[in-house]
Parts: sequence; structure tokens; C-alpha cells
Amino acid sequence: MEISKDEITRAFKGHRADFIEMRLEESESTRIVYRGKELEEIGRSTGGGGCVRALVKGGWGFVSFTTPENLRDKVKLAVQQARLVGKEASLLAPVEPVVDTEPPVVKKDPRAVPLADKKQLLDEYNEVMWGTPGIQTSTIAYSDGLRKITYASSIGSYIEQTKVDLSLRVNAVAKNDGEVQQSGVSIGSRGDFGVVEGLHDKVKEIAEKAVLLLSAPRAKGGEFTVILDPILAGVFTHEAFGHLSESDFLYENPRMKEIMVLGRRFGGKHLNIVDGAAVPGFRASYKYDDEGVPSTRSDLIKEGVLVGRLHSRETAGKMGEKPTGNARALDYRFEPIVRMTNTFIEPGTMTFKDLIADVKEGIYARNWYGGMTSMEMFTFSAGEAYAIRNGRVQELLRPVVLSGNLFTTLENIDAIANDLEMNQGGGCGKGGQIPLPVSNGSPHIRIRKCLVGGR
Amino acid sequence: MEELLEKAKKIAEGAEVFWTTRRETPAHFEANRLKMLQTRESTWVALRIIRNGRIGSSSTTRLDRLDSLVEQAVEMSEFGVPATFELPKHGSFPKVEVYDPQTEKITIREMVHLGQSMIDQVRAKYPEVLCEGGVTRSISQVNILNSKGVSASYKKSGFALDLDGTLIRGTDMLFVGDYDVSCSPIRDTKPVVDQVMQELEWAKETVSAPPESSPVVLTSRAVAGALVFPLTLALNGESLVQGSSPLIGKLGQKVFDEKLSLWDDPTISFRPSSRAYDDEGIPSQKTPLIEKGVIANFFFDLQTAGQAKARSTGSASRFGSPNPSPATTLEVIGEGDTPNDSIIANVEDGLLVFGLLGAGQGNIMGGDFGGNVLLGYRIKQGQVIGRVKDTMIAGNIYECLKSSLVLGNKAEWVGGGLLTPPVCLQGITISSRGPAR
Repeated sequence: MEISKDEITRAFKGHRADFIEMRLEESESTRIVYRGKELEEIGRSTGGGGCVRALVKGGWGFVSFTTPENLRDKVKLAVQQARLVGKEASLLAPVEPVVDTEPPVVKKDPRAVPLADKKQLLDEYNEVMWGTPGIQTSTIAYSDGLRKITYASSIGSYIEQTKVDLSLRVNAVAKNDGEVQQSGVSIGSRGDFGVVEGLHDKVKEIAEKAVLLLSAPRAKGGEFTVILDPILAGVFTHEAFGHLSESDFLYENPRMKEIMVLGRRFGGKHLNIVDGAAVPGFRASYKYDDEGVPSTRSDLIKEGVLVGRLHSRETAGKMGEKPTGNARALDYRFEPIVRMTNTFIEPGTMTFKDLIADVKEGIYARNWYGGMTSMEMFTFSAGEAYAIRNGRVQELLRPVVLSGNLFTTLENIDAIANDLEMNQGGGCGKGGQIPLPVSNGSPHIRIRKCLVGGR
Repeated sequence: MEELLEKAKKIAEGAEVFWTTRRETPAHFEANRLKMLQTRESTWVALRIIRNGRIGSSSTTRLDRLDSLVEQAVEMSEFGVPATFELPKHGSFPKVEVYDPQTEKITIREMVHLGQSMIDQVRAKYPEVLCEGGVTRSISQVNILNSKGVSASYKKSGFALDLDGTLIRGTDMLFVGDYDVSCSPIRDTKPVVDQVMQELEWAKETVSAPPESSPVVLTSRAVAGALVFPLTLALNGESLVQGSSPLIGKLGQKVFDEKLSLWDDPTISFRPSSRAYDDEGIPSQKTPLIEKGVIANFFFDLQTAGQAKARSTGSASRFGSPNPSPATTLEVIGEGDTPNDSIIANVEDGLLVFGLLGAGQGNIMGGDFGGNVLLGYRIKQGQVIGRVKDTMIAGNIYECLKSSLVLGNKAEWVGGGLLTPPVCLQGITISSRGPAR
């Protein structure tokens, strides 16, 4: 879809809207999936489309399409819709117009790797998987994709960004007498095929773990001291706290604003939480968000106190704060909404050994299946768990589900280790936009009185 | 598209072109008022070929790129999965109505009015509630052509109402909500509004959770989130072929309480999930999955049916992937004999669950369900006495649905894809923090 800058600029003219923006996108993706011993799917998709968003008197109109023709008509429809909605004043935080072209950041470009080589690698992983006795079935799902996004707005921004993303999910299922257990890993990268290579030992470990879980006892339900590994603590940070710092939940909700008032204490002095696409080198690192706003690095909690939050232009404008470059859209079908990027707890000074030393009875929870939040309450699932007794990690337990209330749980983090690790395998969902590439991370953390669901 | 099929036929033993167009118009409400109007238009074309016995597929959203589809499908077929099926001939399709011309005629203005009136009704009684909502109309066209002569197309209309309310007191947050869908315009907002008001009314008091092994009542919406997912996963032909389903070898055996029957029925007219044929052109049918506690069938698409030496149950869905996979379309759980009202009235001390957070996260294949009780209430002496917080439930369908199952006598729609009565279960573990129980 070769559409010139002039054509877009012309399409914007003369509509009497307070603001108009357009995104045009071209994409291609490859997907290879093994289920069980056999290849299940190998397929390629190409395509893309575009969208127009218009603002009139505070009301939004949004039009998305797969056929990028008659752009002027699409703009007209979006403005008409916005006009039906708008009844107040439009307010967007001011930003400077940006004209820029951002090439893809690639280390080992997945598009340069022949399909035959990708399949060969996955074949090897599948052989390792099935070389493990006791495996009932498995999933190995690989996908990579390229998106070339052109952003233009009525304030004169014109930005071309090309993004390469890839992901690998390996999951092993073991079964015995109707009992089923599983173990898995998710890996992702912004443009480096290298991260999915050389995982033979990791795949073996996953397969063996699934089999081992069959003979593991269940954890008791109740309140325990729980130590989370960096992966699970990262998910916790994203789910339990991160979503609450997304300002679209706050900006028109006076009571939520009171709860999330800057300066409020959420945890101890050792607790520091950060989000930012300007933190380089991670899955959700980018130069501009989907409103053409430059990315930033935001301190959310500093020494236990709430100091910042994530914004789109609208939420920043209405709250009188600065935009943070966190307005993201899954693709051209969706409007940008406030999302996290790379979110993490900053490392402390203790070692893992220090954390565990005085735990008499507790649970060491590692890895993850997923997590969900409804602001105040959250639930997240560990991939595996171990009993802790008298300062030592003991036997493997069945996976546990951890759940709690954000406000008490953050207060109950009483120790943070010094071993920060980032997990690149995350796909976040919000407002029907899933999976959006995110990364999250943490050092090992210790939570007192954490609710564990078990039987 | 005929041209694309012809081109594909020249280089393959079998070829199938599947394409959809869709136009969706949502009116979206935030902070008690209309916030955004949208129009979403999309086209999607998928090509699947069987070449030298192997499957190759490709897809695009761009009608000007159809030429590259054949080339890409050929490339994929070099590495492709061996096909275990032949494409079907044109079958005899049941009559399933899924298009109401009235839906296309409803105006944006009327949709906006419906949405605002839902919000206004709730706020008239609960002015402190902050509402979000949506009114959406959609029209889609689904088409399929194959080299064996399948040539079919249907038009579908959809209409959806949803309403969510948030109530915050201090750091205490309450989320309530309900939704309704149909192929026809829904002009009666009362059921959705009444449901939301009921949820707010019962939540006026917060109380402690019931004891650990109390009975748990799942509303029809909670049945969808907690039970249907693990049940459906185990009955999926894919789980059978892979050997992961705990129900392998159990066909014809009684696994669940004899009160439990479950079937998939895409032939019910005017439900947005219904259809006369599946995404491979196989006629839709009513497929019993569990009959009086006995495992009756797994459900299949063509490929998994071929692998399992069974017949496709017309359960192929594409979900935006050029390769279909087996999925249920419209699941129905058979009604029981306990009046819906009596289900709560009969509970001495227990938990009423509307929604779970993280229900799909545990060992679903193993039958586990559970999660944080996002919206739940305590029942005492047959009465709802208040909302329960900071509570988790955990259960396993192979234990909880084995016996002493109580099913309501009137099934309710949960979205477009499930019709189920509320249920009462024993054997679920309730864990909670907070005041002594």
C-alpha cells in the first residue's frame, strides 16, 4: 500500500476536527506449531490495514479498515462519529510534532533465517521433548512477525517505525492415571532469533519437570510466607500494581484518583517500581508510542511511595501531567490505550539465601502460567512450587495459584534480593487487545501472609 | 475468489478458499457518558491446499495480494502436515437463521440512546456508581469455496449490550456487570439493568466467607468461566488425538453425575454463534458430548477426525488462522429439576459465585478450576447476606461433577455460546483471609 505523505495530509484537511490521526500498517507473519509429536500448523499471513481517529469537543470517532482506499472518506466518517459524541472541550496534553523514521532493531533477523532452518530447530526441540519418558503431549509454538507502521497526525507528525517481534512457547504435558500436569516456558524478543536457539537443555528440563509434578504433593491452601522467583515476581508487579498505574482507570474516576494519589505510601523503603519503553533492549522498547509521543522511563514507586503513572495524551491532559508515551494499540484494528511496556522492581541488596534464611514454613513459587487483575484484587499462577521449611527449599509441590489484595500485598513485601531478571515472554491483554508484547521483571522477593489457593 | 480457487486447483489435489467480511459499529460509554463511536471494517481471505498429500496454507487481509497466496501456500506445503482427510463435497445444510435485517436498520442514535438509558437507570438508584458500557451492532458475511464443489455463503447480524459498574469506597472496589447478545436488536435493556442492580444490592454489606468446604452455587455466568472451559478442553478431538485428555478411553463410560448432559448445537436460530455449516463447509449438527453423565462424543474438525478415525462433527473454526481447529460453537448444559430460585434457598451456609478472576490459569487439562472470587456473595439460611472478598475457590471437575450435583430447572444464555442453568456443587475448597468464619 504505497500511500504518500501528501495523500495523508490532504485527507486530513478541512474536516473541522480538534485532532485527527491515522495509522497505516503493513505486516507479515510466520507461524509454526507442533502439537504432540507432529507438526500441526505451518502458515504464513500477510496483510495490514489502517485506522483513523478523530477528536471533536472531547468525543472520539474511530474507523478501522483493511482496504486503504478513499482515505478522505474514512477521515470524514471518523470526524462525523466524533461530532455525534462530543459535548465538552477537547483536552490533549501538548506534544511537539515529530517527523522521524525508525528502522527495525534486529540482532539476528528472524526473516533472514530460512523456514527450513526454523523448522529444523523446532524439530530438534520436539525430539528432545519426546526423548523424555512419561510425556503425554506437548506444544511448541513459534511465531515471528514484522509490522511497518506509518503514523501521521493533524499536528504535523509523520513517523515510520518498523518492528520485528518473535515468540516461542514450549509446553510439556505429562499424564498418569487420568492425572495431568504440565510445565512450560515463554520466550520473546524484539528482533533477535538468537534467543530461541540453543534451548535444548531448557526443553529437556521442562519435559522432566512436567513428569516430576505428577508425583508431587499438593500445597496446603492458606496464608504463607511466599518467595517469588524473578519471573513470577515480574508477573506480580505487572498484574498487581502495574495495571493500577494506567491512568485511563483513574482520570475520570475521582475515587480511584484518591486511592492512587501521588505521595501515597504503598510499601517499604526498599520498594522501587519502574516502567518504560525508553529502557533499551527489551521486548516493549520503542522510540514512539501509537500517538507519536516519545517513549520515557517512569518511576512509579520510589522508596515505597507512589510518584508516577502511565499516560496517553488524553489522560495526561485531563490530569495536568506530562504524557509518558504509553499509548499503545495492538494493531491497526484498535485505538491506542494506556498500556505498560517494560515493568520491573528494581534490585535490592539481599541475596536469595538471605531471603529464605529465616522462613520456618513457606512456599517458593517459580515460573508462571498467567495472571489477572481487577485493580484491587489479583490472581496469578505459579508454574511450580516448592515447600520451604527451616530456611531451606524442600520438596516440589503441585503448581499453586496466588491471590491477594494489592494494597496489603505490596505492604507485605518485606525483602527484595539483588538478582533482577527480565522475562521477555509476556503478552498482556486489556480492552480486547491481546497479546501485546510486554516485558516484566524483578529480583527474588519475599511476601509475608500471601494467600495461596490449594487443596 | 473463483479465480484464486482455479489457480490453486492447478497445482494441488485439493484447494479451499475461505473469506469473511465484517462491519462492526460499537458505541462505547465511559464515565457514565458516550465516549467513542467506532466503525470497524475488515476483510480476510484464507487459502488451504493439499499438495502431494500435505497441507499448505496462507492468509491475507489484502484483496490486492491474492496472487501471493498460492505461492505462499505452496511454500508452506513443502513442510506441511500430511492431510488425513479429503475436502468435503457440497452437503445438505440445516436451516439456521442468523440474519435479522432489523439489526442493520437500527440507527446509531437509537444505539446511543439504549446505552445511555442503561446507565441512567442504574445511576438513578445508585448515583455513586461509575458506569461503562457498550452497544454494538455487526454484520458479517462468511464464504467458502472448495475444489470438491462446496460453494456456500451466509450473512450474520449481531447485536450486543454490555454494562459495567464500578463502586469504590475507600480502597474497597466493587465491579459488577452483565451483557446480552442476539442476532436481532435488543431493545429491552431491563434484564441487563436488573441484573446489575441485583449485584449492587447484594453487595451493600461485606461479610466473611463461609467455611472451607461449604457448598458453592455458580450462576450461569460463573458456570461458563469455571466449568465449561475444562470440560470442553477434555472433549476436544485435538486433546484426544494428542493423548492429553483425561477422558481418553472413557467413551460410553459414566464419568459425571447422571444429571449432567452437555451438547454442542450450532443450529439454534438467531444466536450469534450459530451457523448452518462450519468453517470447512461441513453441515452443522447437534452433537451430544455428555449424556446423563456418560461421555458420548468428542468433537472434531476434518484433520483431527481423520487422525482419530472418526467423522467431523462440523466443529471447525478458524479464529483468524488459515488452519481451522476443533471448537464448540454453542454449548448447552441440560436443565435439572431444582427451580433456579430454590438453588440459593436450599443452601444453609455457602458461597454464591458470579465471576472468578484467573479461572483459566490452573491445570485446566487436568480438570482444575478456581481462582479469586471477583464477585461473590455469602448465602446463609437460604438468603444472600452480603458480599465476600479476598476469597479463592479451587475444585476439579472430575471430583465436583461426579455426584450430588444440583442443576437449576431453567437454563440461561451466557453470551452467544452457552446456555446453562445455575448449579450448586460440593467438594470445592474455599480459602479466605480476613475475619474468622
